Amino acid sequence: MEQLAQKSFSLKSPPHIGSSPHVKNGHDLKHYSFKQKLWEGLIHFFLACNGYLAIVLIALIFLFLFKEGLQALQTINPLQFIGSKTLDFEGREIFSFIWQPVSSTPKYSLLPLLTGSFLVALPATLISTFLGIGCGIYLAELASPRVRNFLKPTIEILAGVPTVVIGFLALSVIATFVQNQFHTEFRLNAFVGALGVSLVIIPVIASMTEDALRAVPSELREASYGLGATRWETLSKVILPAGISGISASVLLGMGRALGETMIVLMATGNAAVFTYNIFSSVRTMTATIASELGAVAHGSEAYHVLFFVGCILFTFTFFINLFSEIVVERMRRKLKL
Amino acid sequence: MTSQNAKKIEVKDLNYFYGNEQALFDVSMKIADKMVTAIIGPSGCGKSTLIKSINRIGEISSEIKIRGDVLLDGENIYSKSVNLVELRRRVGMVFQKPNPFPKSILENVLFGPKLHGVSSRGRLEEITETSLHKAALWNEVKDKLNKSAMELSGGQQQRLCIARALAVDPEVLLMDEPCSALDPIGTAHIEDTIENLKNQYCIVIVTHNMQQAARVSQKTAFFMRGKIVEYDKTENIFTKPKEKLTEDYITGRFG
Amino acid sequence: MNLWRKILGHFFEGVCRGCAFVVLFAVIFILVFITKQGISTISWNFLSTAPSHGMTSGGIFPAIFGTIVITLLMILMALPLGVSAAIYLNEYAGNRKGARIIRASINNLAGVPSIVFGLFGLGFFILFVGRKLDQVLQTGLLFGQPALLWAAATLAVLVLPVIIVSTEEALKSVPLSHREAAYGLGATRWQMIRRVVLPQSLPGILTGAILSISRGAGETAPILFTGAAYFLPKLPLVKLWGILPMINPLDQFMELAYHIFIMATQSTNVALTRPIQYGTALVLLAITFLLNFSAILLRIRFRKKLRRG
Repeated sequence: MEQLAQKSFSLKSPPHIGSSPHVKNGHDLKHYSFKQKLWEGLIHFFLACNGYLAIVLIALIFLFLFKEGLQALQTINPLQFIGSKTLDFEGREIFSFIWQPVSSTPKYSLLPLLTGSFLVALPATLISTFLGIGCGIYLAELASPRVRNFLKPTIEILAGVPTVVIGFLALSVIATFVQNQFHTEFRLNAFVGALGVSLVIIPVIASMTEDALRAVPSELREASYGLGATRWETLSKVILPAGISGISASVLLGMGRALGETMIVLMATGNAAVFTYNIFSSVRTMTATIASELGAVAHGSEAYHVLFFVGCILFTFTFFINLFSEIVVERMRRKLKL
Repeated sequence: MTSQNAKKIEVKDLNYFYGNEQALFDVSMKIADKMVTAIIGPSGCGKSTLIKSINRIGEISSEIKIRGDVLLDGENIYSKSVNLVELRRRVGMVFQKPNPFPKSILENVLFGPKLHGVSSRGRLEEITETSLHKAALWNEVKDKLNKSAMELSGGQQQRLCIARALAVDPEVLLMDEPCSALDPIGTAHIEDTIENLKNQYCIVIVTHNMQQAARVSQKTAFFMRGKIVEYDKTENIFTKPKEKLTEDYITGRFG
Repeated sequence: MNLWRKILGHFFEGVCRGCAFVVLFAVIFILVFITKQGISTISWNFLSTAPSHGMTSGGIFPAIFGTIVITLLMILMALPLGVSAAIYLNEYAGNRKGARIIRASINNLAGVPSIVFGLFGLGFFILFVGRKLDQVLQTGLLFGQPALLWAAATLAVLVLPVIIVSTEEALKSVPLSHREAAYGLGATRWQMIRRVVLPQSLPGILTGAILSISRGAGETAPILFTGAAYFLPKLPLVKLWGILPMINPLDQFMELAYHIFIMATQSTNVALTRPIQYGTALVLLAITFLLNFSAILLRIRFRKKLRRG
């Protein structure tokens, strides 16, 4: 009350209250100052230019990639991307799946590259789905705040390690380890690559899983505990189902990253474009093919366009995987809001 | 004061839509200068929509459509070539929740004048002092003008927002439930401030608190479901309402 | 029954805990191993001299220099463009269908493999833009070959979506009430952005910028064909008017990530070059680690500030 009294006192004796116009007055509502008109217009124009430039650049990637890639189809029969007739050692004509773009009779079978990519990406996704989801659940639901405050930045650090460093480790350390354990024929193989790649996508899956679980409203949790469920039952029957779309989106995104990863597979998978299902065989992925051959082909040649065509396939794969995962996340957001 | 009863603002058959949802139906009212006009009604009755239509702030956050006119000194503010900057300089606003910028107290008060090109040091000092005095905040903050506005109490923040609005010397001051986030002491301060300002500005205050409307305003409009039910002198509304609905509302039978 | 429930719960919680510790172990292993192997190589000499004796001894100074120069050039190109594009998309373009589609494609582009950007860089910047410039300016073969400029441009396109997305997030974090307050005082749109929105979102924008610098410094695939070189006898410098040293954007350059890649895969003398490889990896790791760490700190402070008001 004292405060009030003091204040009303101050109200009674303000030094110069009066309506002295502070800012020059008297413009009608339709008056625009020259400065306002020009300046706002210029800035709007400048920002719009930048906005459109960014969009054009982004569209250009798409257009340019496909313009160069689809030129390959002008000279090459699409069937050749699957396989071509060659002569075997005894001179019989067989249908084989060979990637050999630089030779007297170039062969463009994409099957070795596709199987190579998936032979790395699928095991990598599998490993990191297991580890990443486990890690995400631990971070979101089980860890004490102190452990989380330490673990979360650590995982973020893993996400920031340059892939070339991981590739280097895969090449020098993981490869030796794998060979000693599994006595593989080739030191560098798809499995080594998959281990390296999973280091890149574990953080993606772990942090997206954590986000998805944290987005589950706490009322659900409390309701479940209120019904006498244990922590694990609450987690497995209430929280995981509610966050499942976010988790699946993270796995999809991780798979997209695994398919697109270049440096690790280039360094650690042995780079042999063979058509195989053996995970301990040397393989070559689509990304590694582009990376290792683009420097060797003549610009504008047929092989050059084929590499762009491979790029188009990669782009399409990852684009749709990402799009799909985004739709899944969007749906989850809408569902949880309701 | 010659313009005591002049119609500063005139709302004419205003229909206001958010998307396809209609929030105001054929609202017409004249708001006089140099006095306080209160707008009361149950929540969702369109009272906030009405004052947000007077400085056209509603349209920055949602897609709106309108039919009808709002005139400020006889000029239609919804005509195409209206400069919203000029309009909002003349029609100031204080919002429901105190929303000072995360800057110093001084920067908050001078935000408007600096936008409008006031640059002389003496002028800015004068504006600071006058505006803070008018908002009855000067004595509390004069020694800490460079402190962050976020350190003030809720009530002080709201008065700072009033000072900030007054610093551009508006003609109309719109207040959208300015006390709804404040405790009784903070509310009392704001009401004193309004009392102090009512002879200089055209003040329109939206409130869900009927006692507040009765205390601070000279005229009161009662809104329900987007329509004006009754608009009269405050004492008439609270002592002898003409409409049954108004009576039910002010006697607390619903709300 | 109750016991069974308990055991099952403990088992699965144990599995999750195990996953977390495997990952933790992996990170610590990577950091410790690289540090342990690399630290003995690091010396002032290693950081400040060029490779010698056919890359089997000497330092990595040109690669450090190249990394710094290319990331600086990259951020100079990408940051103004990305931030203004984000401001345009968030503050001017509204939420119409077109804007939403553009936003979705930008989001999506962040997941496109970096080697695809390398393809784009070679095909578009060097063979299309560069060769066209040469034709028009009659410069023979000056622009139409791999160079610092084109590599930086390629990386800039790569981090552009990252910058746009993080800037938009920062802009969105500024509460509507502050925008309303500014408009209510008669601010124009740009005044509102300059004086209210940008100061508050600056830390968020900076975080995004630092993260993209770190990403750019660690990328290898996009620069494989756009300008990185195995070994160069001199730095990409040119003397302006014969005296003032300036970076020559049309030179090729050495770069840390590329250096690791090339030393690890092309070197024949593993015994001699392994220490250099670990040393280089440690330097690169330290640079990206510092950048990411400062971004994380900045973000924590930013979030705290947002929560307070």
